[in-house]
Amino acid sequence: MKSTLLDFEKPIAELEEQIEQLLKQSENSRVDFTGEIRRMQEKLEKLRSEIYQNLSAWQRVQIARHPARPFFLDYVRFFCNDFIELHGDRLFGDDPSMPCGLATIGEFRCAIIGQQKGRDTKENILRNFGCPHPEGYRKALRVMKLAEKFSLPVVCFIDTPGAYPGIGAEERHIAEAIAVNIREMMVLKTPIVAVVIGEGGSGGALGIGVADRVLMLENAYYSVISPEGCAAILWKHRRHAPEAAEALKLDARSLLDLGIIDEIVPEPPGGAHKNPQFAAEKLYSSLLNALRTLTPHPIADILQKRYNKFRRIGIFSWEQNSTSPSPSQ
Amino acid sequence: MAIFKKPVLSVFSGRRRDVPEGLWTKCLGCGELVHNLALEENLQVCPKCGYHFTIGAWERIQLLVDEGSFEEMDEGMVSVDPLKFHGVASYEDKLRSYREKTGLRDAVISGVGRIGGYEVALAVMDFRFLAASLGSVVGEKITKVIERATAERRGVVIISASGGARMYESMLSLMQMAKTSGALALHSQARLPYISVLTNPTMAGVMASYATLGDVILAEPGAMVGFAGPRVIRETTHQELPEGFQTAEFLEKHGLIDHIVPRREMRSFLIRLLSYLMPKRMV
Ligand SMILES: [Zn+2]
Repeated sequence: MKSTLLDFEKPIAELEEQIEQLLKQSENSRVDFTGEIRRMQEKLEKLRSEIYQNLSAWQRVQIARHPARPFFLDYVRFFCNDFIELHGDRLFGDDPSMPCGLATIGEFRCAIIGQQKGRDTKENILRNFGCPHPEGYRKALRVMKLAEKFSLPVVCFIDTPGAYPGIGAEERHIAEAIAVNIREMMVLKTPIVAVVIGEGGSGGALGIGVADRVLMLENAYYSVISPEGCAAILWKHRRHAPEAAEALKLDARSLLDLGIIDEIVPEPPGGAHKNPQFAAEKLYSSLLNALRTLTPHPIADILQKRYNKFRRIGIFSWEQNSTSPSPSQ
Repeated sequence: MAIFKKPVLSVFSGRRRDVPEGLWTKCLGCGELVHNLALEENLQVCPKCGYHFTIGAWERIQLLVDEGSFEEMDEGMVSVDPLKFHGVASYEDKLRSYREKTGLRDAVISGVGRIGGYEVALAVMDFRFLAASLGSVVGEKITKVIERATAERRGVVIISASGGARMYESMLSLMQMAKTSGALALHSQARLPYISVLTNPTMAGVMASYATLGDVILAEPGAMVGFAGPRVIRETTHQELPEGFQTAEFLEKHGLIDHIVPRREMRSFLIRLLSYLMPKRMV
C-alpha cells in the first residue's frame, strides 16, 4: 500500500529509493552491484529496526492517526464472518461515526460497537472524522442492552479523536450520554472486551471503553486529552505536542505498566497500515483469546472483577498531621 | 424561604475579615461594584443581579448540613505526582502552590452528615484548587463516600464544580470517571437517591461522569455547564454559539437540568426533595 509518509520515516524511504535506483542500473549495466545492493539492504534493515523499535510517543500518535491505518469496519471485513448493522438510537437519529451491530467472531456471536473514521473527505464528512454525537453513544447503549438481554458478549473498537464538540452535541447532552454509558457498562450483565485500535480520545473513548478486558494495539494511543490540547494549555503552544505526548504517557507500553490496559496487540513494523492483514490476524487472535477466557465465568464473578478492575485505579498518598483549615466542625 | 438566617453567615467572616474594610468587588454578572460585606451577607451572590460567585467547599458544607452533623472522611488524602509530569510547571509545584493558596489538600471535601435530618453522604468540590480537576484523590474520595452511602443506606449529594480531568494525572484521571460512575451504579441499584448539584463551572470529565448521573440534577443560576469548552466548539464548528449557550438555564430548557435553585434556597430545596426520595427521616 503506497501511503502517506510520516516525517520520521523519510530516511527509510530515501534509502529504499536509492536501492531501487541501483537495482534499475544493475539491469542495464555489466558492472556487478550485488555486493553494494546487499550492503545497502542490510543498512535498510538496521535503519528500519532502529526507527520502528524506538518510536517516541508522538511518532506513535502519528501512526495511530495515519489515514491508511485499518479502521473498525476494515477489521470487521477481515475477521467477522457476519455483520448485521443496527442503525439508530430510537431517540433522535443514527450516528454513522459509531456503527453498531451483531457480528460473528470465530465461534462467538457478539454485539459489536466501534468508532469509524473516513479515508477520504467524502467519507470523513459522513463519519464526522470519527467524532460521535450523543446519538452514537445512545445507540451503542441500546445495542449493549440488547446484548445483555440475549447473552451476547460485547466487543468495542475504540478509534476516535474525541466526542464531537458541537452545538447540537451539547444541546442533546453528549456528556450525559457518555456518563450513562460508563455507568451502565460498569454493571452490564454480559462480558465486554474493548480494544483501542487507533485513537483513544478521552471521554469519547471511555464512553465505549469500560470492559472486562481492555486491549490496545501497539501503536494506538489513549489519552485524557489530545497532545495538542495539552500542549496548548500546559506549554502555552500546540507546537509542544511531542513533549505533551511524552508526558501524558499515552502509549500502550506505559498504559500497560500503569494498569490502565490489560494487553498489547502487536502490529507489523512501522504500524498496522504497513500490513493490515498481519494486524487483523493479531487482533483476531487476541479478541478470540479474550472472549474464550471471559465467557466461561459466571456473570456475577465477571461483574465483581470488572468493578474491582476500575475501582483500584488511582495513585495518591496520605498525610497524618492535620494542617487543613477545616473549621470548628 | 428563610430556613437559615444570620447564624450561618458567620462562617464566611473567618476568611473575609482579613480583607481590608471598604473593598469592592466588580460583579462578573452585571459589572457593578458590590461591597464585599454585602456580598458576604448575601452568600456571595450579587444583590443586584443574582450572579453566583464561587464559594469554597467548607462554606458550602456549612450552608447545607445540619449544624454539627458533618463528619469529614479521608481528610489526609493527598495527590502525588505519579507520572512525574513536567510541563512548563511541574505538577508537584502546582500542588504545592494551590495548597498554600487555598489551605486545602485537594479539590474535594467529602463526608457524611444530615440535611434536614436525612442521612446523606456529601461531596463538595472546590473550584479554587486547580480548577477542581478530577484526579486520583477527587475520584477516590468521591468513590469512597458513595460506597459508604450504599453500605449505610444514605442518600448522596454531590456539589460539582470542575474544569474537567486533571491532565497532570493523564489516564489515571480519566479512569476516575469509570470508578465514580461504577460506585453510583451500585448505589442506584440499592434504590438510594443521588442528587447532583451543578455549580459554576462544571465541565468536561466531571460532566461526563457523576455530575450528570443524578436521580435529580439541580444547578445554581447562571452556572456554566457543558462538555466541550465554548472556544473549542467555536474553533471546530466555525459557528456562532446560541445566546446563553451552556448556561444552567439553557440546559434546563434543553432538558438536562431538573431545577435551577438559588444558593440561598438550596438547603431547603434539598430537604424537600429528600422527603420524596428517602423512606423516612432518621434521627
Ligand atoms: Zn451583579
